[in-house]
Amino acid sequence: MTATSASADLALPRNPKHGSMSRDRAWALRWSYVFLILFVIFFLLPPVYMLITSLKTSQEISAATNPWWVFRPTLDNYIELLSSPMYLTFFRNSALVSVFVVIITMLIAIPAAFALSRMKFWGSATLATGVFLTYLIPDTLLFLPLFKMFAIFNELTGIQLINKWYVLLIVYPTLTVPFCTWIMIGYFASIPKELDEAALIDGASYFQTLTKIFVPVALPGIIAATIFAFTVSWAQFLYPLAFTTSTDQLVLPVGIITTLIKGDVFNWGQIMTGALLGAAPPLIIYAFLMDYYIAGLTAGATKG
Amino acid sequence: MAEVKLRKVVKYYDDVEAVRGIDLDIAHHEFVVLVGPSGCGKSTTLRMIAGLEDISGGEILIGGDVVNDVPPKDRDIAMVFQNYALYPHMSVSQNMSFGLRLKKYPKDEIKRRVDEAARILDITELLDRKPKALSGGQRQRVAMGRAIVRNPKVFLFDEPLSNLDAKLRVQMRTEIKKVHQQVRTTTVYVTHDQVEAMTLADRVVVMNKGVIEQVGSPQELYHNPKTRFVAGFIGSPAMNFIPCRLENGGDDLNVRLTDGITFKVPPQRAAHYKANARDGKLLLGLRPEHITEAGPHLEPGEIPFDAQLDVTEPMGMETLVYFPLNGTQVCGRVNPNAGARDGAPMKLAANLNNMHLIDEATGRVI
Repeated sequence: MTATSASADLALPRNPKHGSMSRDRAWALRWSYVFLILFVIFFLLPPVYMLITSLKTSQEISAATNPWWVFRPTLDNYIELLSSPMYLTFFRNSALVSVFVVIITMLIAIPAAFALSRMKFWGSATLATGVFLTYLIPDTLLFLPLFKMFAIFNELTGIQLINKWYVLLIVYPTLTVPFCTWIMIGYFASIPKELDEAALIDGASYFQTLTKIFVPVALPGIIAATIFAFTVSWAQFLYPLAFTTSTDQLVLPVGIITTLIKGDVFNWGQIMTGALLGAAPPLIIYAFLMDYYIAGLTAGATKG
Repeated sequence: MAEVKLRKVVKYYDDVEAVRGIDLDIAHHEFVVLVGPSGCGKSTTLRMIAGLEDISGGEILIGGDVVNDVPPKDRDIAMVFQNYALYPHMSVSQNMSFGLRLKKYPKDEIKRRVDEAARILDITELLDRKPKALSGGQRQRVAMGRAIVRNPKVFLFDEPLSNLDAKLRVQMRTEIKKVHQQVRTTTVYVTHDQVEAMTLADRVVVMNKGVIEQVGSPQELYHNPKTRFVAGFIGSPAMNFIPCRLENGGDDLNVRLTDGITFKVPPQRAAHYKANARDGKLLLGLRPEHITEAGPHLEPGEIPFDAQLDVTEPMGMETLVYFPLNGTQVCGRVNPNAGARDGAPMKLAANLNNMHLIDEATGRVI
C-alpha cells in the first residue's frame, strides 16, 4: 500500500511548499501501520506465549532456558486436561450457562427494546435511560447485594440456589440484559417508523411486527448482542467465583484457577492449556459471525 | 361503497393545533388530493384517516362507519409512504402479499392477486427481487402493488413521489393516474406539489395552517380561487398581486395602481365589484399568462401599458418577463418572438377579463 501511494506520488507535479493529498495519505498510512503493528504485538504476544507454554512440560517451564522457544514439544497437557472428567465438567457447565444465558437474555432484551423504542408509554424514555445506567454499575459492586438476596431467598423459601451452576442463569442476565437491550434499542430506532406503520396497516399485531419485521431486519444487531451476551457469560469470573464453590458446579474460568493452583503450586502448563482451550469457543463464534458483528455495530444500513 | 367523510376533525399535538376542524366528503371512486405547504396539516389528516394518529375531535367515516376508534388494520385501507416502507428482508412478491398472508388468504388467491397487481404495474419480472435491488421508481411501484393486492376500500398516498427525481416523478404521476383508472379505488393523495395535485385530482383540497382554504376541481381552483392563498398557491409561475385602488370614473370602474397606471374594469365584472368591494387596501390578482405583449389589435378587456423589463427567462415556447409595477415584481408571459430583452422597455397588455380583486385585510377574493 505505502509503496504504491509513494510511487503514485512521484508521478504528480511537485510543489515543495504544499503537500499533496496522496502525500498526506501515504504518511497517514505509515503511521497507521506503526500503531497497528504495536497493537498486534501488544495483544497477540500473550496468547502466543500461552500456546508456547502449553506445549512444554513442567520441567521445561521451570528450567532456565529461553522461555520463547519449545525445545521438547509435548501434547501431554492437552491429553491430560481433555481426559480429565473435572475439566470436561467445567467445560459443560460453561457451555450450558452461556447458551441458556444467551437465550434468556434475548427473550428479555428483544421485546424490551421493541417496547422501549416503539411503544410510547408513561416513563418509557426514563426507563430506557435507566436500563443503560444499570449497565454502568460494575459487577464488583453488585455481587455482595446479589449474594445477600439469594441468602434471604433461601431463608424465606428454603430453596438453595447458591452453589448451583444454574444460579448463574439468574445472575448473568443482570449484566447482559441491560446492555443487549441498549444495543437493540439503538438498532430498532434506526428502522424507519414507516416500516411498522406499513405492517400495522397490513394487519400485523405488535407481536407479528416484532417477529416478522423487526427481528429479521435487525438480525445483524441481534447477532451482535448475542455475541456480546455469550462472551460476557463465557468469560465472567467474579460472579461464579462468589456464587459457586463445589467442583462439579464450577465454570471454566473459575475451575481452572481453583483446581489447577494447589496452594502455591501453579501448574502453568495445564493452566495455559485450559485457558487456551477455553478461549477457543468465543474465537470460533467470532470468526463465523464477524461480518454480522461488524454490520451490527455500524447499524443503520436498513433504509428500505 | 367506499366514501370517506370527515366531520369537524381536529388534531392537537400537545398545545399545537395541527388540524382545526376539517369537513370533507370524498365520494366513492373519487381521487382527492390534499395539497398545501409543509405544516398545513395535510399529512396529519391523511394519517388520521389511516388510523396512525389519534383523532383529537370530530369524526371520520369510511364507507358509512365511524372509524375513530377502529385500528388501522380493520379500516380496510392501504397506504403508500413517501420512503416506500418496503420490508427490506422480503422479496417483492412477499412484500406485496404480506397483508394477505397475515389474513390467511388461500395460497392460490394470493398468487392470483399478486400476479394481477404485478401485471397492472408492469413489475412481473421483479417479483423475486429484494427491495435493495430496485430503483426508486420500481420501489414506488412495489409500494403501490402492496396497496393494490389488498383491494381495500381506500388508497392513501403520503407524498409518494417526493423521493423521485423530476423526470421519474412526471412518469410515475401518469402511472398513478392510469392505475386509478383501472382499479377505481377511492383515493386520498397528499402532496405539496400543486402540479401533481392539478394533474391527478378529480378534486383538489387546498389546505393552509390546519384549515381547508378551498375544495374544487383543478379548473375551478385555477380560474375561481376563493382566497389569496389559493390564488397564489395554484399555478406556476404564481399569480401576480399588485396593490391597487378602485375608482369610479363616470359609468366606468377603474383599477388604479398608485403610480398612475389605470386599468378599466371590464363591464361584466364592474357591477360585481361595485356591489361587493369595500374601501380598504385591495390587490389586483393577474396570472402571468394574462400579461402578454401588446399586439396591434387589442381584444376587449385588454389594456396596454409600458413596462421596463428587469429580467427575461426564455422557456422555449414562451418567454417569462419580469418587471417592477407599483413596487412589486410582476411576471408576464410573452411570445418568444416578441423581442423581449433584459433591461429593455416593452409594450405589454393586461387582460382584465381574467382579473381577480383581493381584499388584502381578509385575504378573500371579491
